[in-house]
Order: sequence, then structure tokens, then C-alpha cells
Amino acid sequence: MTPVLEVSGLRTEFRTGAGTVPAVDGVSFSLMPGEIIGLVGESGSGKSVTGFSLLGLIDAPGQIVGGSVRLNGTELVGMAPQELRKRRGKEIAMIFQDPIATLNPLLTIGQQMEMALAAHERLGRRAAAEKSAEALARVGIPSPRERLSSYPHEFSGGMRQRAAIAIALLHRPAVVVADEPTTALDVSIQAQIIAEMKALARDYGVAMIWISHDLAVVSALASRILVMYAGRIVEEGPSARVLRDPRHPYTRGLIDSLPSATRPGEMLAQIPGSMPSLLSLPPGCAFAPRCAFASSACAARPDATAAGDRAWRCVHPLGQDRTDQKERAAS
Amino acid sequence: MLGFIIQRAIQAVAVMVVMSVIVFVGVYAIGNPVDIVIPPDATQAMRDEAIRRLGLDLPLWQQYGHFAWNLLHGDFGRSFVYNMPVLELIGGRLPATLELVLISIIFAAVAGVGLGVYAGVKPDSWIAKAIMGLSILGFSVPSFWVGLILILTFAVSLGWLPAGGRGETVTLWGVEWSFLTLDGLSHIILPAVNLALFKLAMMIRLARAGTREVMLSDTVKFARAAGIPEGVILRRHVLKLISIPLITVFGLELGSTLAFAVVTETIFSWPGVGKLIIDSIGVLDRPVMVAYLVLIAFLFVMINFTVDLVFALIDPRIRSGRQGA
Repeated sequence: MTPVLEVSGLRTEFRTGAGTVPAVDGVSFSLMPGEIIGLVGESGSGKSVTGFSLLGLIDAPGQIVGGSVRLNGTELVGMAPQELRKRRGKEIAMIFQDPIATLNPLLTIGQQMEMALAAHERLGRRAAAEKSAEALARVGIPSPRERLSSYPHEFSGGMRQRAAIAIALLHRPAVVVADEPTTALDVSIQAQIIAEMKALARDYGVAMIWISHDLAVVSALASRILVMYAGRIVEEGPSARVLRDPRHPYTRGLIDSLPSATRPGEMLAQIPGSMPSLLSLPPGCAFAPRCAFASSACAARPDATAAGDRAWRCVHPLGQDRTDQKERAAS
Repeated sequence: MLGFIIQRAIQAVAVMVVMSVIVFVGVYAIGNPVDIVIPPDATQAMRDEAIRRLGLDLPLWQQYGHFAWNLLHGDFGRSFVYNMPVLELIGGRLPATLELVLISIIFAAVAGVGLGVYAGVKPDSWIAKAIMGLSILGFSVPSFWVGLILILTFAVSLGWLPAGGRGETVTLWGVEWSFLTLDGLSHIILPAVNLALFKLAMMIRLARAGTREVMLSDTVKFARAAGIPEGVILRRHVLKLISIPLITVFGLELGSTLAFAVVTETIFSWPGVGKLIIDSIGVLDRPVMVAYLVLIAFLFVMINFTVDLVFALIDPRIRSGRQGA
């Protein structure tokens, strides 16, 4: 099977007065049709910028400066804006965190869906309404035909996000980038939406990149996890195994700071310190200043180490069994 | 919605009553018009006769009572100076001001929003920078000076446009209008541009600030992610989202320009209502001043009311809030 999306060496920089910020620094991964992968990291790790870069939606002073994004075999980096626009929404779509901010409060849901439809196909008013109502029904909005004339403020938070999802899925794109789409919602709604997204992805064969800071959410959804830190992917692998047996100390830290990893009444574990400014990254491993295992070897930038379907960028990987270490010593 | 309209109507009446009292008392405090109306060599008997005729011998509250009573019957009183009904006097001048102000403020709004949105979409282009430079000029250069320069340039040096007056007029609904004839239009251009400049600058700044903010919002990003073309995003999302502050300012400016277009009217000898009020203040023509100010208050109330209605039309959240209230 060929991947639907292949990203290699993607670099996105923000040129500011204070210097160049490498928000995305050589990110590579591929996505199979219908696959769901999780992109995890703290705020500022570059996960959202990665998502926006895939759609070519980086606002100035940001800029994609290198790498490649191939969607169904077509290179998107450097593509003419008009061509790229024709693919957005049709072949690759995006869902955002806050449905209150994404939907226009002054237009009805129907008008906003009609605009999204008209972006890629010519439809009569009636056909557009028909198609919109169908899309709303599929994301679980009751009496969708009547709801088309509702305004966003007449919807609950969960319904709004459902409407936004319906808009993103209108043209059945091959890839959906979901940027923390459940973070702003109640926990109960969160679980519903996650289950529905999973079902929609399966039914439509939509591949998804689920961006989140919440490992628990991602592990429930994604078959693979990419952990991002300071613009780089520091660890990737199948979700269950990464969670059970992380290699990178940063991943370990993220797992330990989950409430479920803590017994009731205990303090939650934290990763000491905070992410370094991307303007002044240490030359070696960006996580070294916060890492309990750091040594002089961390002063050089670690290359990716691959083992089977897993990979990590760390000179002191955790929890490896003997065979792994022997392999590394031999290589 | 109906409740909202009734509520606003009651507020409007209250504002009008308070306004008329303030105006009446304020104008009363300015000075005694008798000294100006009556020739200095008049006898005391003539003086007393004039004071009685004008109703100035009554106590203030009675004078106000008369004024308010007549007002309710559509009678704004007679001018001391012109000795004709105030309503006729103002009514004869108001159309001139109205057409000048409407043309200039519509021009300011259309051009200002267009230029401002452009400057907001492409903030780094040199055209945008030129637009913003222009808007700073519009803000900082005094309007009377711009008026003089306009006359010097276009009327005196180039001779393209007339320097003042209304030009040829056409009577429509019993009122003289300039903008319906070519000659009248050529007379209106310079004063309208002069009057529009400050408002144009303000509209540009507001539209640009709004556009820049909205262009970075998730609404626009989401629309782009759905592949909606930039032109559609501008027309259907951005223009609508920036419209509320623009309409607020448009309403306020419309009111204040109608009331105080006097500088421009004076420079271009435009026979509008601004010139009338300044002259009336000069000679303490009390009925004209009071009627004019009450009329202006009424205009403001009506404009604000309309602006509120337009808000409700644009923003469904305001609509439903009103229903609940």
C-alpha cells in the first residue's frame, strides 16, 4: 500500500525581529490511507505549525523553507497558491481546537456549509442544502435540515464542533489534520466525538493526524504516536508500545504527568523546567537541560535511531532490552 | 424586537425632553437678545413692547412651557431676526447640508472601507503604506486649511471646479437639490471631499485594524482550510465581521457632520444649515438656536436607533438576546 501523505524533512521558520525561529525542524513521517496517527507535545513544540504547514496555511512571517509534503503523490510544497487552494478542503482538510472561534457567528451553519461546498463544486441551492443536511446527520446532529438555518450561538459546544467536522469532511478528503479538536469540550462530549471521529475515519477511509497535548486522548485513537519537542520529532512508534515502554525521557515525562499514572492524593509528576525558547536552542538535544539522564554526550544533536517500527532521537534511551543495546553497540 | 423598539422609543422621548430643557436654559443664560434685536436709539416704550411681543417678560419656566407646548404642535417659533417661522428657515437650508453631508460620508465610507480592507489584507505592500500615510494626513491636517488648498488648486490654479456656492439646482419634492444637475455636482465635489477627508481617514484606520484582526482569526483560517477562495472569504466573512464598529462610527459621524459641517460650509459658501446656526448664535436668535439644537438631538437619537436596528440585522446574537429580554 502506498502512503496517502508523505512528509520528509519539513522545515517551517518564523523570521522575527529577534531572529529566526525554527518552529518545525526536519519533520518526516508518512500516513497510510485510513490510518490515524497522533502528534503529541507541549504547547510550543511545533505540532500545530506542522499541521498548518501540511495545508500550506502558514501566515507571514512564517514560511516553509524546506522539505517535502506529498499528498497522493503530488508535491504540495512550492505549489501555486491557486492549485493548493483547490486541494484544501477537497483532498486535505483541517479541524481546529475552538469551534466558537472557527465558525462565523454572523452566518448560519447552512450558509457556511454552502460556502465550503461552493469552493469545490457547482451545486444548486437545493442540492447544496441536501448535501449539507446529510453531512450534519452523519456527524450526529439531530434534525439536520432545520439546523441549517441555525446560527452557531444556537448550538452547544459539542454540536458546533460536530458542525465544523461536518464542514471539514464535506468533500471526503483523504487526509484530515485535527488540531486538538476536543480540547475545548466537556470530557463526556470529548469521548463521544472521539468515538465518532474514529468511526468516520473508518467508514470514509480518511487518514487522520490527531494533534494533541493529551496522551490519553491520542492513545485511545491513534495507531501510531509521534512525540514532538522543540520542532523535532523525538520519538515515534505504535501507540501502545510507546506508552508502555517509552524510549525518550521526554515521552516518559509526558506519560508520568498523566493523572492516570498517579495514585489518588499524590502529587502529579511534572517535567522540570519549561521548553527552551526556539530562538536559542541548545546545540545538541533540546531536551537535555530538563533531562535527568543528560550527559556530555547530549551536547551533540542526536540522530534518529530506528529499531523495527520504532524510532527515537536520544543518546540515553530508556527501557531498552539487551538485544537492542547490542544492536546499537554493533552499529 | 417590538419590546426593544418601544423601549428605545421611550428612551428617545426622555432624551429629547432633557435635551430641550438643557438647550433652552443654556441659551437663556447666554445673553439677552433684546439688546441686539432692538435698535440702540429705541425708546423704553418700544423696548418694553418688543420684550412683551417676544415673550421675554415671562419667567423662564413659563417661556419653556410655551416653547414646549408650541413644539408639540409642530411650531418651533419665529426667528427674532428674520421674523419668519424657524421651521421654514431651517427647512430651507437643511437640504443643502443634507446632500453635502450624505455624499461626503457615503464616499468616505465606501472608499475608506475599500482602502482599509486592502491595507489590512496586504499590510506590507507599498500601496498599503501609501494609504496609511494618506490617512495620517487626513487626521492631522486641519479641515479649513485643506479646504483652502483645494480651492487654490482646483478652482484658482487649475480652474477645473467652482470655488463655492451650490450651482444649478433642480426642484424635487418641493426642495432644491444640487446633486441632480451636472453644474450642481461640480459645485459639490470640493466641499464633499473636504468634509470627507477626516472621516475617510478614520474609516481606513478602523477597516484596516478590523481586517488585520479578522484575517488572523480562526474563522478565516478554517475557511482557508476548507479551500474557500480569498475573494469569497473577504466578501462573506471579513466584511461582515468588521462591520459592527464601522457602522457605529458611520452613525456617529453622520450625526456630527450633519450638525457641524459649518467650517466647510463657510469656506465653500455652501448655504447650509451650519452657516445659519453660526449666524444665529452671533445675533442671539434664540428660537433658531433652540430649534436647531433640538432638531439635531432628534437626528442623533434617530441615527442611533437605526444603528441599533442594523446591528440586530447583522448579528443574530443581538437579535436573540433581545427576544429573551
